[in-house]
Amino acid sequence: MALTTLLEGIRQALFEEMERDPAVVCIGEDIGVYGGAFKVTAGLLERYGWERVIDTPISETGLIGAACGMSYLGLRPVCELQFVDFIACCFNQLTNFVAKSYYLWGAPVPMVVRAPSGGGVHGGPFHSQNPEMYFAHTPGLKIVYPSTAYDAKGLMKSAIRDNNPVLFFEHKFLYRRIKDEIPAGDYTVPLGKAAVRREGRDLTIVTYAAMAHTCMDAAAELAKEGIEAEVLDLRTIQPLDKEAVLASVKNTNRLLVVHEDTKFGGIAGEIAAVVFEEAFDDLDAPVRRVTALDTPVPYSPPLEERFLPQVKDVVTAARELARY
Amino acid sequence: METKINPAVTSEQQLDLYRYMLLDRIVEDTMTKLFRQNKIVGGLYSSLGQEAISVGTTYALEKRDWIAPMIRNIGGLLVKGVRPRDIFTQHMARYTSPTLGKDGTSHFGDLKNLHIVSPISMLGDLIPVMTGVAMAGRYLGQNIVALTWIGDGGTSTGAFHEGVNLAAQQRASLVLVIENNGWAYSTPVGRQVPIEHLADRAKAYGCRAFIVDGNDVEAVFTTAREAVRLCRSGDGPVIIEAKTMRMRGHAQHDPAEYVPKEMFEYWKRRDPIDTYEKRLAAAGVLTEKKKAEILEGIHAVVQEDLAFAENSPFPPPELAESAIYCEGPLTIEPQWKRPVAEVTPPRSSVKAEWRVAGRGEFQPEALEGARPENPAHAAPPPRSSGDGARRDGAKPAARAASKRTAKPAPPVRGRK
Repeated sequence: MALTTLLEGIRQALFEEMERDPAVVCIGEDIGVYGGAFKVTAGLLERYGWERVIDTPISETGLIGAACGMSYLGLRPVCELQFVDFIACCFNQLTNFVAKSYYLWGAPVPMVVRAPSGGGVHGGPFHSQNPEMYFAHTPGLKIVYPSTAYDAKGLMKSAIRDNNPVLFFEHKFLYRRIKDEIPAGDYTVPLGKAAVRREGRDLTIVTYAAMAHTCMDAAAELAKEGIEAEVLDLRTIQPLDKEAVLASVKNTNRLLVVHEDTKFGGIAGEIAAVVFEEAFDDLDAPVRRVTALDTPVPYSPPLEERFLPQVKDVVTAARELARY
Repeated sequence: METKINPAVTSEQQLDLYRYMLLDRIVEDTMTKLFRQNKIVGGLYSSLGQEAISVGTTYALEKRDWIAPMIRNIGGLLVKGVRPRDIFTQHMARYTSPTLGKDGTSHFGDLKNLHIVSPISMLGDLIPVMTGVAMAGRYLGQNIVALTWIGDGGTSTGAFHEGVNLAAQQRASLVLVIENNGWAYSTPVGRQVPIEHLADRAKAYGCRAFIVDGNDVEAVFTTAREAVRLCRSGDGPVIIEAKTMRMRGHAQHDPAEYVPKEMFEYWKRRDPIDTYEKRLAAAGVLTEKKKAEILEGIHAVVQEDLAFAENSPFPPPELAESAIYCEGPLTIEPQWKRPVAEVTPPRSSVKAEWRVAGRGEFQPEALEGARPENPAHAAPPPRSSGDGARRDGAKPAARAASKRTAKPAPPVRGRK
């Protein structure tokens, strides 16, 4: 079977969902003729036309608001932000309008906001961020952040079919570097279910997105030292698969959380709190975190490398944790 | 498209307009009393003196059309079919309210029946949302109009700009009513913007605008009717600036001492209900007997709904944790009014290429594109320039085309 990139997996999901359901439309900046900043929507306009692949002015508040309005008539808009950093420009529209709509007055907003995110490509402070936690803190939004092509496709389909607003983070470092075998035909990956990427008995590493690959590399290193790490890929931040985390910790008794987001207020703190509250007796060691620095994402390669968690950082923390 | 406001209003419509304004005022007077009795949980905003705008604009819509109210648009809700009890229970935070007590004021909507989108407190956000409503309506072939309001203060927000710009770029069937009541909280409009007419901004967006006396309900209605007609025939969006005066403070807590007394006195003489009542009486449309009938009908409804609200319980505390996410099957299904085959392959397929007019030698003959076209139109829609811009130079062709294809406005439905 041919290998498919993460980017292509998302693109296939968009094609198949637009084919399946005429209520699915795409809206964003430069997504039509140009095919999107990263070419994720390439070919959609040719097949589905101007009415379903809508290029907007540079207007994040405008397009997110319009997508929300479209969803009120039963459409399922998929918005593209060229880089997720620009989600700050429509923060109000998302957190106050879209997120609260169903809770306050019973109006579901079945829309997806998909956007390239993350660092490692020297994009600098405004093209590399991981702003998922601003939105994880807002009740009403779902947050998806896949690490594999298979998951990206299946999760995108679930996101489009979901009746809630879903923020879909697409790690741009993984776009063309990650390739999977993807089965022919329709399949979905459910939102809110983590995946065990590697089984192990000595500690649990909870992670997601690009760091899932960093953690897998680290686990391979650790195995050479006789430390068997279990790697749990969250896949979605909201809903958070607490059960999977707690089940793994019950077996390994040690927890390391790794993410590319900054440390303060990152999901690692929330996961640690959940484990302390619900599985304190399962722990043989304090929960550890390996995250990005609490700084903006710097531009120059040596600075960005320092900013991002590296395999060696994960290995060091895991080793200390295993020996605690 | 040429536009000319038709001033014709039937006596039935006149009485409707009068009755809705009066209903609005009596509902709000009732709530002021409730507020003084400490029965309104949060703030209470008044549309005293602005009733003609909400009522006159909403009255120009059909049942299938959509509105999104702001805090001073209770009159619009009533015209659209909201019952006073929903407004009372909503302000009193009762379990029987449309939001079950989860939100207050006019923050509620109705997707299925009345087609009302709930506002939020941040100004301007409704404009892109209602643009999306209009876009979806066009996509589904519904030929609907979306109408929302904004105050003079709200026109300074970024969301206002993004919303109007997107609506104009999309030629969305959006009627945006700017209620220029002279005050953004305590700041007079002249200290917010350096221009006299907010409607003047429409030219820069490439859309049409009207300025109307917001205290003259017939002028508001007939202007809105024309705006709706333009939108429905594909020549939206339209901005209406209605000039009026906010006759109370920002909300009940604000005595508005910053407003010169003479201003209130001047505008009190121009009260939209008093002046209309005199006008209809002089024309013989509103007799004393008719007026008594109308008042009796309003008081009966208001008293019944007030009793309902006062006897309604507060929500159970555990409701706070309910329905954060929509877990059931989606309750809103798209209502297609055109063949789905038009938006699915092979008919939806196009050549992915911009056709850019007015940039160099290239002179496109058949412009496809940038703007989604409305297949619901009987005749071919006006061509847009390929880059979606509506430059002044490109305007005559587009306008001429739409003039040829314009359909007469459908009759305004009478309301019971």
